[in-house]
Amino acid sequence: MKYLHLTWSNLRRKKLRTLLTLLSITVAFVLYGYLAAIRVGLSAGVDVAGADRLIVRHRVSIAQPLPQTYQARIARIPGVAAVIHQSWFGGIYQDPKNFFSQFPVEPESFLRMYPEYLLPEDQKQAWFRTRTGVIVGRATAKRFGWKVGDRIPIQATIWTKKDGGRVWDFDIVGIYDGAQKATDTTIMFLRYDYFDETRLFGTGNVGWFIVRVKDPDHAAEVAAAIDAEFANSSAETKAETEKAFVGGWARQIADIGTIIKAILSAVFFTILLVAGNTVAQSVRERTEELGVLKAMGFTNALVLALVLAESCLLACLGGGLGLALAWFLIARGDPTHGALNVFYFPVKDLAAGVVLALALGLVTGLIPAWQAGRLRIADALRKG
Amino acid sequence: MSVAESTLVQVQAVEKFYRRGSETVHVLEGIDLGVRAGEFLALMGPSGSGKSTLLNLLGGLDRPTKGTIEIGGERMDHLPDRPLAAWRARHIGFVFQFYNLLPVLTAERNVELPLLLTPLSRAERKRRVAIALAIVGLAHRAKHFPRQLSGGEQQRAGIARAIVTDPTLLLCDEPTGDLDRKAGDEVLNLLQALSRDHGKTVIMVTHDPHASARATRTVFLYKGQIVTEMPK
Repeated sequence: MKYLHLTWSNLRRKKLRTLLTLLSITVAFVLYGYLAAIRVGLSAGVDVAGADRLIVRHRVSIAQPLPQTYQARIARIPGVAAVIHQSWFGGIYQDPKNFFSQFPVEPESFLRMYPEYLLPEDQKQAWFRTRTGVIVGRATAKRFGWKVGDRIPIQATIWTKKDGGRVWDFDIVGIYDGAQKATDTTIMFLRYDYFDETRLFGTGNVGWFIVRVKDPDHAAEVAAAIDAEFANSSAETKAETEKAFVGGWARQIADIGTIIKAILSAVFFTILLVAGNTVAQSVRERTEELGVLKAMGFTNALVLALVLAESCLLACLGGGLGLALAWFLIARGDPTHGALNVFYFPVKDLAAGVVLALALGLVTGLIPAWQAGRLRIADALRKG
Repeated sequence: MSVAESTLVQVQAVEKFYRRGSETVHVLEGIDLGVRAGEFLALMGPSGSGKSTLLNLLGGLDRPTKGTIEIGGERMDHLPDRPLAAWRARHIGFVFQFYNLLPVLTAERNVELPLLLTPLSRAERKRRVAIALAIVGLAHRAKHFPRQLSGGEQQRAGIARAIVTDPTLLLCDEPTGDLDRKAGDEVLNLLQALSRDHGKTVIMVTHDPHASARATRTVFLYKGQIVTEMPK
């Protein structure tokens, strides 16, 4: 600690240069934070997908419906503990850019299947009683300022009502929270019975099934048995684990992980050059001073450590500032206003950012520090 | 030269040469020198005579090619790097021609630098820094940065830095070379007082006969050899 003042003073030697380098590092780490949050948003659900749940969809596409009657046949397959179904509603609230998902479900079995959706008991009962009732996630409720008791009009894009109307009025009877931070709380769930009776066409069909297996270790066998059950039928199925399904959905957009890694690699390589050049230049400019320190009795190892400390301090200051700024900005919410169902800066990515900042400091300081350590005193004093 | 009991520095048959391609450049040849404790010795000679090289060897900044150097009865010319650095920190105080203060630190922080290598507490370091600055008459300029000090004041801060650890030997490389006569005199007065009143052993490289006149003895170097010795 007694050398901290010396290290800090050296960083303040060329204030503008240090400030610019600091800002570059800060911006890089803000970008790092945002990309981590975007990755979480785009792969939302993969991490919290139930290992004991299967998704059964039409073999051709999830857009193709399946008969609801499959539910009873799936339930009879050995290894299946429970089956529910969901469908795509695809409605718009006020403006097409106000996108969020809406799924018709059977309330009781749905809530048993998804214990990660936390809903107060009185709101559950209200949903079971109210045919036009819906529950919405906290994020969406907050986004539109909805509260329990509100009646909201949703414009259908697919499902025309039997009366020819396309506006569905729903009553908000509950607002659910997620058991985990990564649980998607943007979805609205409506009652399937009301949906199925009111829609003009498609009656008796559902979008997909969710199956809970008794033993997750045998999920693959159960999935194969389900697909075999409906083989050669008019609506063949494809069953897969929820994790694989959600992951596949995310991959339809792109391999987010690879893209993010590529962007970050480019950013940090550039920062490495910028910060490395700053430290190297700073060391070159005070060769004579380093010689003086050594003449006083500073060892080679101590001089090396001082230069490394300087680069680490610079990187950690810039990195810390960037991570803190990213945390603050990301906490203010999704900048796309709803395109990302989940948007937060995961703590493990924050911790990785701290390690990255320290590594950046070590790597940028390594060569100048090594050169400073090896500097011969007589040569250093002569160079002055 | 006979080795008196009070001899602090003993240089025997020291040679220093460099190889430049196939050529060997002799910088010092057959140097024998003794310096008594408390002596103020001036090393004079033209440029390239080897004075600064000899000073570097005495300060452990470089190693002789041949010969031995003992300081305070301890042979230091063959110490490995790390013990040599510790030895320098304990025994040597350097004063440079261009002061070599760190521009980013105040005078007191500059003076404190050698004490960072000791296990002293912050309070004790501050106390010693205050004493060293008082000795060189710079207590009132402690909080000033080098750019806010005159050349003479910077050199006095450099001397305070050199003496703050109470070293065995003070090595000065052209300490008045960058100063006007008045400031140079102040610095020489100070070095003289350190030797005379505080018993410090001072070895000073200089071109200036006016500066060497303040020393108790002057040694002349010419082409790497001691050519004349003129005790005062």
